[in-house]
Amino acid sequence: MANQGPAYYSPYPTALYEGVLTPPEGKALLLEEVVEEEIAMREIAKQMLTKENATIFPGPQVLYGYNEEAKKKATLIKEMAEVLNAKMIPMYDYRPKYPKIDAEVEINPNHPNLTIWHNNIKAAIFIGVHCHYANVALKMVRCETDCYTIAICGLSGHEDAMATLRDQHSSELEKFIKIAREVKAELKL
Amino acid sequence: MAIDIYKINPEFRDIMPKEIIDLEENATWAQNQTKPRGIKEMPDTKEILEEHSLCAGCPEAAALRYVLAALPKPEETIIVNSTGCTSLMFPHIALHTVHSLFGNQNAVATGIKRVLDWRFPDIEKDVVVLAGDGATVDIGLDYTLQSFFRQENITTICFDNEVYANTGGQESGATPKGQVFKMAPLGKKFEKVKMWELATTAGCHYTMNMTASAPKAVAKAVREAILVAREIGPTFLNIYTPCILEIGLSANEGLGEMKDQDKDRFASYKFVSPEAEEFLKKCKAEGKL
Repeated sequence: MANQGPAYYSPYPTALYEGVLTPPEGKALLLEEVVEEEIAMREIAKQMLTKENATIFPGPQVLYGYNEEAKKKATLIKEMAEVLNAKMIPMYDYRPKYPKIDAEVEINPNHPNLTIWHNNIKAAIFIGVHCHYANVALKMVRCETDCYTIAICGLSGHEDAMATLRDQHSSELEKFIKIAREVKAELKL
Repeated sequence: MAIDIYKINPEFRDIMPKEIIDLEENATWAQNQTKPRGIKEMPDTKEILEEHSLCAGCPEAAALRYVLAALPKPEETIIVNSTGCTSLMFPHIALHTVHSLFGNQNAVATGIKRVLDWRFPDIEKDVVVLAGDGATVDIGLDYTLQSFFRQENITTICFDNEVYANTGGQESGATPKGQVFKMAPLGKKFEKVKMWELATTAGCHYTMNMTASAPKAVAKAVREAILVAREIGPTFLNIYTPCILEIGLSANEGLGEMKDQDKDRFASYKFVSPEAEEFLKKCKAEGKL
């Protein structure tokens, strides 16, 4: 199946092409391994706390306050950034930037690797990005950079991320923040 | 809810670029306006299209700015476009746009409009088709005319540059007789299709043929056409936006070419059906125009 369909035509060796699929409900994906959600959350927190220039890329679904869930998630993501000592760079929309993006302060799904190269980001969380653009961006980042990518997704996750959590809503984010605090204490950071 | 998608969560305000904050605070969203939107505000407000990737001096880019500045309710508008030079600009617009397959833009717009009317019966949602002459007059003629026959409540705007410009210069149905292009070296053998007359015959309630040389006139036509489409039925605007590259002009000569054609192939044509005329009078009295 992986040898057919759009993935087959991709110039990049996508995860799907290598037989990696999104995790089943209630589970998470670490590289190509399906694991319990809590184990993945611990690993994500560790990566974000220990890698150079860890950054959160919030997408339009959390940047704009179009419903109560988005507003609640915004507060939690801000808290998450503080706990993880992470920088935040917004992916505020998907319009291609012309003539070029300011890689210092923004990321665009059409060429996300530019921001990661420019800021030397070694671990990054994508959150609130619509799935079809997250898929595009993660494939490019996976192939063009050595950044450890993490997808925190409200739907079924992203196999092209190094770590993916699925069905993540505000209650799951609260759980993740709690775990991140524990990991931070364990690492004595 | 529509305007809320432009409201930045306060937690992220400090990391958002100025242009996005400007879009929220300083764009002329209809909700924040006491009078109808228009081109007069363009110098002082944030435009919905800030940058584009068309050729320098392209009249189409200017025309699109006038169209966007004149939308009665941009936050409740969906633009459907088709393949062509226009599709290079649409990704840069801060509105909902749908890129349809080449030629079937009016069929796609029909579906969107019907679903919106069903889903949001209490909100006025405008669907505007914006495509080139190849998509409207040639390959998509069937879809365009059928939407007029069916009396769909959509506005169709054709940016008529009289050529398939971004594929190297092939003649289109809208090319005038005798015109030679790089990929049409023998010259066109038959007359330009008068799409505005076809539109009137096919049942459009508001039809215009014009150039984009006068911004105010374009803005007025767009506003009227959208209001008529909302309440009465299909409307059509044919706007000349010459491809300066294909007809051998330099970046500063587009406006002159449009002014010349104001008296020639694009001499003003306007048809307004009696019911649309009545409706526009009412709109004027209510301050919507």
